[in-house]
Amino acid sequence: MPSTIDRRAAWRLSPEVSLRDEPFGALAYHHGTRRLVVVKSAALARLLERLGEYPSMEEALAEVPEAARERVVRALEDLAESGIVSGT
Amino acid sequence: MALESGLRDRLEGGLGAPICLTWELTYGCNLACAHCLSSSGRRDPRELTTSEARALIDEIAAMRVFYINIGGGEPMIRGDFFELVEYAIERRIGVKFSTNGTRLDARAAERLAALDYLDVQISLDGADEATNDRLRGPGSYAAARRAMENLATAGFGPFKVSVVVTRDNVGQLDAFAELAQGYGAELRLTRLRPSGRGADVWETLHPTREQSRELYRWLCEHPGTLTGDSFFHLSALGDPLEGLNLCGAGRVVCLVDPVGDVYACPFVIHERFRAGNVREGGLARAWRESPVFTDLRGAGSAGACVSCGSYDACRGGCLAAKFFTGLELDDPDPECVHGAGEVALALPRRRVRPTSEVDHSRRLPAVGR
Repeated sequence: MPSTIDRRAAWRLSPEVSLRDEPFGALAYHHGTRRLVVVKSAALARLLERLGEYPSMEEALAEVPEAARERVVRALEDLAESGIVSGT
Repeated sequence: MALESGLRDRLEGGLGAPICLTWELTYGCNLACAHCLSSSGRRDPRELTTSEARALIDEIAAMRVFYINIGGGEPMIRGDFFELVEYAIERRIGVKFSTNGTRLDARAAERLAALDYLDVQISLDGADEATNDRLRGPGSYAAARRAMENLATAGFGPFKVSVVVTRDNVGQLDAFAELAQGYGAELRLTRLRPSGRGADVWETLHPTREQSRELYRWLCEHPGTLTGDSFFHLSALGDPLEGLNLCGAGRVVCLVDPVGDVYACPFVIHERFRAGNVREGGLARAWRESPVFTDLRGAGSAGACVSCGSYDACRGGCLAAKFFTGLELDDPDPECVHGAGEVALALPRRRVRPTSEVDHSRRLPAVGR
């Protein structure tokens, strides 16, 4: 299946999203769609917060340990699907 | 609230802050609905002042609560209603509020339409005037429909028509859906609970078991119907309904009442489930440290339900429904789809139906005042 994430583009946490740390990672709430999503690790939550600082998704992913990268990409695809992250 | 699967297990242990918090602004109400959850009517002289209410919003924002449900009583009778709603939205807290619509005139509708991140729920408990007014009082149907017209005219967008499902109106679900659709509105169905004055009518008005099965089928056929996760006890009938499918009391939700008392959920205004007061110690401390909430976050005992194959689906049902019908918290839900609740209710043991000391009912109904 083709990825919904264009790795050459810049991405960010949607400005309509609130992120709150929880013991299992974080919860993300989209104020526009009223959708609540689980962020499954604290590391992913930190990446989401800083996502907008990277010129491209590729560069953001370069900071993720290689062993975890595919898992993170899949999570980001889900988050893009629900509008939690969006291309800029 | 849409929710991805697999979240339930993480939520049963509780969260750093509620996902959503119900805040009842006042016990005052110009209606006197027979099933009022909070036994509202008269204002309480101890209700939070405007500055205390603003301070509470600051605390809610600091806790990063995503959205609040504002209710009452009738919240729009407070003179600072708009000020508080606008302040919460400014602080990046989503607001949903429930109203009987009596104060929602054309000007109020325009003011509401100008706000982002605001949901409005108009209560209507009958698709026709006779059914609605029997429960909510004379004139209440016309007032609610007028409020809906005003929101539609103001271009508010998809507001919610909020219905408590009863034995009388469960046959009108299609009519409610059509009514909502006529305004471009969404339909929200919630469960009749034996809380507040609801205790007086629950016995005769909660849906029969056959009606509950009908309701479940209807919900399955109409995905996207909002339910506030009300009917998770019906998930025992088959595929789980949309939502968390767990009792969120003290885990993902809580209630702040008009005088600042913090309860586990909007349906348990009773000393036993009171976790503190926002004036003494604050909301965050009540949420994080109160023994009442800590207990509710425990694994919980399946009690009599332990050997039931549906326990995973319904988790034993609604805390408030059990408590106010005099059942133990590990008993089956009184409306258990397998009839176990009816059996428990009929057991010849001493059953005390707890009543709340918090009652602001007026002695005489004052509809339309």
